[in-house]
Amino acid sequence: MHETAFLIGQIFNGFSVASLFIMAALGLALSFGLMRVINMAHGEMLMLGGYLAYLTLLVVPGPLGILVAMPVAFIGAALLGAVLELTVIHRLSARPLDTLLATWGVSLILQQAARNLFGAIGVQVVAPSWLNHTISFSTGILSGLTLPDTRLFILAVAALILGGVALLINKTRLGLYVRAVNQDRPIAAALGVNARLIDLCVFALGTGVAGLAGVILALLGPVTPTVGQSYIVPAFLVVILGGLGSLVGTTIASIMVGLFTALIEIYVDVSVAQVLLLAFVILFIQIRPQGVIAVRSRALEG
Amino acid sequence: MTMRKLGLAAALLASTALGLAAPAHAEGTVKVGVLQSLSGTMAISEVPLEDAELLAIDQLNAKGGVLGKKIVPVVEDGASDPAIFAQKATKLLQQDKVVTVFGGWTSASRKAMLPVFQRLHGLLWYPVQFEGNECSPNIMYSGAQPNQQALPALEWAEKQGYKKIFLVGSDYVYPRTANLILKKHIKHDGLTLSGEEYVPLGGTDFSSIIAEIQRTKPDIIINTLNGDSNVSFFKQMAAAGMTPDKMPVMSFSIAEPEAKAMGPSLLAGSYTSWNYFQSLPGKMNADFVAAYKAKYGKDSVVDDPMVHGYEDVMIWAKAAEKAGSFDPKKVRNAAIALGFVDSPLGEVKFDPNQSMVQKAYIGELQPDGQFKIIWSSPKPIKPQPYDPLTFPGKTCGAHSNF
Repeated sequence: MHETAFLIGQIFNGFSVASLFIMAALGLALSFGLMRVINMAHGEMLMLGGYLAYLTLLVVPGPLGILVAMPVAFIGAALLGAVLELTVIHRLSARPLDTLLATWGVSLILQQAARNLFGAIGVQVVAPSWLNHTISFSTGILSGLTLPDTRLFILAVAALILGGVALLINKTRLGLYVRAVNQDRPIAAALGVNARLIDLCVFALGTGVAGLAGVILALLGPVTPTVGQSYIVPAFLVVILGGLGSLVGTTIASIMVGLFTALIEIYVDVSVAQVLLLAFVILFIQIRPQGVIAVRSRALEG
Repeated sequence: MTMRKLGLAAALLASTALGLAAPAHAEGTVKVGVLQSLSGTMAISEVPLEDAELLAIDQLNAKGGVLGKKIVPVVEDGASDPAIFAQKATKLLQQDKVVTVFGGWTSASRKAMLPVFQRLHGLLWYPVQFEGNECSPNIMYSGAQPNQQALPALEWAEKQGYKKIFLVGSDYVYPRTANLILKKHIKHDGLTLSGEEYVPLGGTDFSSIIAEIQRTKPDIIINTLNGDSNVSFFKQMAAAGMTPDKMPVMSFSIAEPEAKAMGPSLLAGSYTSWNYFQSLPGKMNADFVAAYKAKYGKDSVVDDPMVHGYEDVMIWAKAAEKAGSFDPKKVRNAAIALGFVDSPLGEVKFDPNQSMVQKAYIGELQPDGQFKIIWSSPKPIKPQPYDPLTFPGKTCGAHSNF
């Protein structure tokens, strides 16, 4: 394989990893941005998406099962998110540390529930056969480069979700309310925005996106009761790196982290790359504590 | 209501006390320890292993026990934590006064228990394949040494004409040591090492490793990944167009239960190396599989560590009968003097270095989740705790001390 092809392959891999991070972190960025809630059970929403994909594939086998699973997982996770917001998070909204502990407890409960319902060793979700192809280059400078359809599909889905959420926030009435509450909660409320309802909607949207992401992650990884734990750390990492709650920041941070690991892994193995990545993030936060994009908000100052 | 509750509590207490008191005072019983992780991450693997050990004890008791005594297992939970393994081993030996202990899975749990058994002069039966490089008079190692699993796999790969080998593993002691030994042999045999890559335990992203595999084009991948990482690895390999039929993969940590859980369709056609497969022929194995399914459900599967745990109990019983005593040192010497015994694994025996002499098999995973045995070592392999190429001059002979 030509060195250029290898390098381009790694850049592609970087974007592929970034797309996984974006999907895992988007919901977290949404709920953190608006409500300053650190949802430790976010990873379990990804897990829930994986299990909903498994159940959907039992009902709708065949090539289109995975496309059906995506809205199913979105709605399922959004509903669970709404219940979680109404019963736990809303009641603890003035006590951020308690929310952290309570959602961690919810995370443990959901993991154990999955273990009891489906068993500890996970279930099988296999990519449909129409994704089992690769685009390979056999001539020229890109000779030897292969781009798996699954990863291209995931990139496309991530771009669509990101575009959809951006449209929702920037172009719709609901998005206007969200931005208003985000900038100044008391004034928005005084002007007749139902801040309570906005909180609920945004939290449910965030968990719904996580559920959808869970379906996508199941194409490349396992579906086990603890699978959420392996994505929650990188998700927090990109949210913090991106600037708390900024969608653009989260996206840029995901791409930074994805490219950084993919390119550094040309020279070192995955374990060392993790160490270097964390060192890079610590250094970056030292130099720029507000993250990639600083969000101007008066939501917390009051 | 309160009186009824009190009465119930008293009755419960009394029955527990009776249950505890009975074996301690009974004349015709002997206590053994069973120490596996019944909770935590390792429980998936160790609970079935505990089941297999208890099955062996049941079967021995049904035939009248050992030396005329009924065997009473004292079951403890190591909780997937090496420190708890050490603590529970101490409790079993000192407080329960068990005559021997069956248990352990991870090398970390074994290393934590080793000083306990040496200090308290106990005997541990350890049933899992491991990286070797250890040799204690107080441990019977029945799982494969590297020359009974990893090296036969390499030998088989060479015979298939595979010359370029890629090593991928989880980042901890077993894959690192196994690959250290494999690399010495790859060099010694004139083969090529295409690459060597590690991911942290539980790692899910293999994109860079797969790019490296595509770049170096090995003939075969030797995979020492553990647990869920295997699912990510095989899914991402398939997405990149490298299914096991196009790029051969030899795995050391995938047995029947893992294959069942990960989905045989994903792994079908991949190879693995063990001393036992559920599909082995022979009446002993058929009886063992039937007895296990009768006790634990017809859908259950058995694997290499489970059958080693089962056979450890059986050999301990035979050795105690031969020695005429439960004394750990006498039992150990008798176990070595027993010679070959028939078992579900075929003919096995303990070598003077306290590891098991056993055959190695290569299996190819079938779509139904069972392995087709495609190669077997011509005869049982003598265990080598220290690989002579990697650790020259280090040997492990017969122990006389304890």
